[in-house]
Amino acid sequence: MPAVTETIDAVQSVTHSTYKYGFETEIDMDFAPKGLNEDIVRFISAKKGEPAWLLEWRLKAFALWKTMAEPRWAAVKFPPIDYQDAYYYAAPKKKDGPKSLDEVDPELLRTYEKLGIPLKEQAILAGVEGAGESPAEGRMPVAVDAVFDSVSVATTFKDRLEKEGIIFCSISEAVRNHPELVRQYLGSVVPQGDNFYAALNSAVFTDGSFVYIPKGVRCPMELSTYFRINAKSTGQFERTLIIADTGAHVSYLEGCTAPMRDENQLHAAVVELVALDDATIKYSTVQNWYPGDENGKGGIYNFVTKRGACRGARSKISWTQVETGSAITWKYPSCILQGDDSVGEFYSVAITNNWQQADTGTKMFHIGRNTRSTIISKGISAGQGQNTYRGLVKISPKASNARNFTQCDSLLIGDKCGAHTVPYIENRCMTAKVEHEATTSRIAEDQLFYCRQRGLSEEDAVGLIVNGFCREVLKELPMEFAVEAQKLLQISLEGSVG
Amino acid sequence: MSATGDIVTAGNALTEPGAAGFLQRYEGLRARFPGQRLPWLAARREAAAEAFRAQGFPTRRVEAWKYTDLAPLTQAGFGEALTSVDGALPLPRAAAPRRVVFVDGRFRADLSDPEAPVRNLADHLGAAEGLLGSLARTEDLPLVALNTAMFEDGALIDLAAGEDGGVVELLHVTLADRPVAVHPRHLVRLGAGAKLVLIERNWGHGEGRYLNSPVLEFEVAAEAHVTHARLQQEGKGGIHLSTVFARVAEGGTYDSFLLHAGAKLARSEAHVTLAGPKAAAHLNGAQLLGDGQHGDCTTFLEHSAPDCPSRQTVKTVLAGKSRGVFQGKILVDQIAQRTDGYQMNQALLLSDQAEIDSKPQLEIYADDVKCSHGATVGELDENQVFYMRSRGIPEATARSLLIEAFLQEAVEGVTDETARAALAEAVAGWWEKVA
Repeated sequence: MPAVTETIDAVQSVTHSTYKYGFETEIDMDFAPKGLNEDIVRFISAKKGEPAWLLEWRLKAFALWKTMAEPRWAAVKFPPIDYQDAYYYAAPKKKDGPKSLDEVDPELLRTYEKLGIPLKEQAILAGVEGAGESPAEGRMPVAVDAVFDSVSVATTFKDRLEKEGIIFCSISEAVRNHPELVRQYLGSVVPQGDNFYAALNSAVFTDGSFVYIPKGVRCPMELSTYFRINAKSTGQFERTLIIADTGAHVSYLEGCTAPMRDENQLHAAVVELVALDDATIKYSTVQNWYPGDENGKGGIYNFVTKRGACRGARSKISWTQVETGSAITWKYPSCILQGDDSVGEFYSVAITNNWQQADTGTKMFHIGRNTRSTIISKGISAGQGQNTYRGLVKISPKASNARNFTQCDSLLIGDKCGAHTVPYIENRCMTAKVEHEATTSRIAEDQLFYCRQRGLSEEDAVGLIVNGFCREVLKELPMEFAVEAQKLLQISLEGSVG
Repeated sequence: MSATGDIVTAGNALTEPGAAGFLQRYEGLRARFPGQRLPWLAARREAAAEAFRAQGFPTRRVEAWKYTDLAPLTQAGFGEALTSVDGALPLPRAAAPRRVVFVDGRFRADLSDPEAPVRNLADHLGAAEGLLGSLARTEDLPLVALNTAMFEDGALIDLAAGEDGGVVELLHVTLADRPVAVHPRHLVRLGAGAKLVLIERNWGHGEGRYLNSPVLEFEVAAEAHVTHARLQQEGKGGIHLSTVFARVAEGGTYDSFLLHAGAKLARSEAHVTLAGPKAAAHLNGAQLLGDGQHGDCTTFLEHSAPDCPSRQTVKTVLAGKSRGVFQGKILVDQIAQRTDGYQMNQALLLSDQAEIDSKPQLEIYADDVKCSHGATVGELDENQVFYMRSRGIPEATARSLLIEAFLQEAVEGVTDETARAALAEAVAGWWEKVA
């Protein structure tokens, strides 16, 4: 029974503190002065050697941000954030930027090793512990862009991808080497003034990944970015831009962790996806930022804007997210279905345990004809956690025969948590069909009894039932991620029963 | 004669548009409102006027008003209802054997059945202390504040424990020949085990602009059972903004059905609290919206005791350039274990200019609950229309039958036959009239 043994081990290994990525790396860092003003924006831009148009773009965003107020409509509570009390730029000290993996600071490589993300080209993304040590037989390799605080430290498999004409690099590098692409698409899905956090990100974004898949190319491997917040009193503001040209296909994974600290750290990312005619983008996230301790102290504020535009006919964008970390999650990966026959998907599992709060969901904008969208959301609340699904399905008058199906299920474990569902349906098209269903329940006694009666501990039984509850979403994840996600679910719920 | 005949109107002058106009009118009438000699009531009106002054009319920036724009109300001036209208009034056929009638917000004893277990509020305000405003909040509901400040009359139904109030029709008629603004206040209290079927009908005579903004409060004691069938059949130019509050004690039932058929702009808000174990609520409804109409059905249902079931089915049919809104929130408190909540809202779009906005919402803090909601939006199934036409049924009839079948599920929830018949009559043939 390897699966059971593994699960028990996993739970035992995290008896007191369940967060195993909470270590901090000792490394020399470059910081910008604390605080946020126009000079900091200029500093970041200069540090990255950006062209004038991008600095102007940032300054415009900063001007917009100053006029905006924090959104307060989400069902989350937190003390006011002092935006002046943080470093907006923190990067490991380096000479000219590593040309190859050999030049990367070994301390950094060890950090990623420890996180299960070995930055070696022959290795696979080690979702399963130990898998990185054995040869990756028959498995697809994964190209990784590793972002450490404010900068990308390494990108693997670049040469292999370049042969296919695929651009996969940090966004700073893309600004230098492919300015025309960045200029054309940056902010075209999430404009600078879109919302408070997106404006902040646009002003101070430091790094992130850039992907361009040319016409007709099917990306031969999974692309992935691993975000790590390490330094104290920093925020991470990364910007990811993925463009799939006509007929292109790409699957992209995103993972993230941070050290355990008593302070709350801000992570305000922006992700923009563009899919042209017949293109497909699959975007998977396993979000495992530090959630704070069992008393709700510390943890990441994860305020993220993710949006994809299905610009072309028959294009498809699929979001899959497993949200187990962060003290607060505020995140609504969305699809703008502009192209006729385009497809948007959103599969989500969100877990809140202890004092975590998650307000997450999606928006589906149906603009083109025959556009289809599917929303599957599974929320699990335990401890004192508060979990909200908030979603919008909007169908414009021209989106004839548009179709949406939404299912939101919530599971409550314990009587001190909350599960909330706030869907908005706005339909202005007669021929559109929209279906929404939502359920809220707890783990049934008979299910638990059935498992206990067969010798499973209560904790294992809950893990098993929760995994079953989330199955529809987990099966959308690439395999390595799915295994990691299942383990995370179990660990996240540790201490919630009994 | 009207019991509140001492209110004299200042000719046909209209107030200035917006909240300021209503506040001016409040100032002008303050000394003459019924019950101003009762200190508790005068203080309550004053506090409510202050609450309304502080809030103003809700705008679309207020989350609860995201989909309903009150511009038709706030951009127009309104006038006072005339003191009394004598002579024959064109009234709709009675829906129940016992009927009480209000015209332009005031009781009409001459048109009402004296046998009905209903008193008019203006003359019995002494008996309303502790009941009026016991449920209706004013601090975050400006329309309720406005009503509390300005109401002139309404029905007072106070049933003793075990009393059966039978079937009563509460008819409110607004004469739309002048742009009046009326704010009726109805209070209903059922003692333990009491029973009542109340058919509340808001009916408009004429096509002009007016505002009817009633507030109703229901105190339902243990094991009491009230059926509240609401027929909103306001005139074409009418604005109907109603708010219902109900609190249901242990084992009691508040069983309501709302029909939106009339008015240019209608919003009915219900705030229901299940306060005792095994209390039950049904908040069913149907909206029939034709060209130029806006209908908004908004409900807040709070489960604040264990073992309570709630059921909600709301159907909206939209034709022409119309807009339908459904907002339904179910809140389950931590104490409300073993809650069984079900909510369904469905919309049928019959026109490519219609819009439906739906926001079903669950907020749950108890873990041993069974709560579900569903929402669907679609058009009539053309295969079904074809099936009927191929069997010789004319298209209009086929569509009408399918629409009635769609509405049937919601209407079927009404158990009282008189109430159901009244609703069925209002629904029947709607499509033929609209098409």
